[in-house]
Amino acid sequence: MPVRIWRKPLDAEKAKPPCGEIHILKDLCKGCGYCIEFCPRDVLEKSEEINKRGVHPPRVADESRCVVCSFCTAVCPDFAIFVIEKPCEGGR
Amino acid sequence: MMAKQEEMGHPLEDFLRKSRMPHIWCPGCGNGIILHSFLQAVADLEMDLDKTVVVSGIGCMGRAAGYVNMDSFHTTHGRAIAFATGVKLAKPELTVVVLSGDGDLFAIGGNHFIHAARRNIDIKVICANNFNYGMTGGQQGPTTPLEAYTTTSPYGNIEHPFNLVHLAAASGATYVARWTALHVRRLTASIKKMLQKKGFGFIEVISPCPEIFGRRNKMRTGLEMMEWFKKVSVIENFSDPAKAEVSRDRIVVGEFVDTEKPTFEEILYETIKKVQEKG
Repeated sequence: MPVRIWRKPLDAEKAKPPCGEIHILKDLCKGCGYCIEFCPRDVLEKSEEINKRGVHPPRVADESRCVVCSFCTAVCPDFAIFVIEKPCEGGR
Repeated sequence: MMAKQEEMGHPLEDFLRKSRMPHIWCPGCGNGIILHSFLQAVADLEMDLDKTVVVSGIGCMGRAAGYVNMDSFHTTHGRAIAFATGVKLAKPELTVVVLSGDGDLFAIGGNHFIHAARRNIDIKVICANNFNYGMTGGQQGPTTPLEAYTTTSPYGNIEHPFNLVHLAAASGATYVARWTALHVRRLTASIKKMLQKKGFGFIEVISPCPEIFGRRNKMRTGLEMMEWFKKVSVIENFSDPAKAEVSRDRIVVGEFVDTEKPTFEEILYETIKKVQEKG
């Protein structure tokens, strides 16, 4: 937990972060890496596969960490990634 | 999972001409981010696409007119604002947005810009500033920072650059802001605010240009340029635009001007009405 949250929020039990479903349009990706670098929760990572353009598109490392901030959608210059909210299962 | 990915399209694909995608911009180019922010603002405001016109000039960002699924003009070099003025005066009910680059708007089209800002005509200008002429091979332009290397300044730029926000504010624009391509959320909010306002609005977006500008200035990838923006940019809302510098060590971003003034087309149509009543 970051140092700045030193007190537990009062509605911590009620407020649950939403769960996201990440869609990557692989063949549109040009491999700039912005989504991987600027994801605040480190959900994405570089993959080994090579797409139609000859670059490595991102891969979802851990979808359960995603909180649908959609920063990857906003920072992608190629309209190649988007996140939609999905109903949470189980734990979260 | 795979099948689902194939079926679903990007949430903004209705705003893009799908036959034109993917776009021609380089990997790591900020123009796509600016276009995304603009389209996101249009989507959030639920604007009527038949009543929105995008005008752009020549250059990398000039391609944007061809990618948006709205009425658009791809005009001659530097004359984007001149065409936009014509569109706005002929049909004042349209929202006219100019998406263009720094070379187009401030080098060859500099005079159009200052006079459109002086008249306060209701057009919205979003300028992608990549510090050089990207499309023609990276020549030094009016926004190249002092001592930066380009193809035509191999020993470092010896000219002082334009301060675009100061120029716009001094010319009389009613909304002036500067963001980098990394401030996507604030940029989208800023574009939304500008689109809802009347009068001449101007947003400068500092855009990464790794393939042309960055690689001559020790920033070979888009990520390195974005890290540079992250490290040196400071938000100073409503500070003096004259002191809003863009240099190696400091980039001042934020909103600088937000005022109200009667617009040119309002005064024009009022005057026409008055004269017709008289005669």
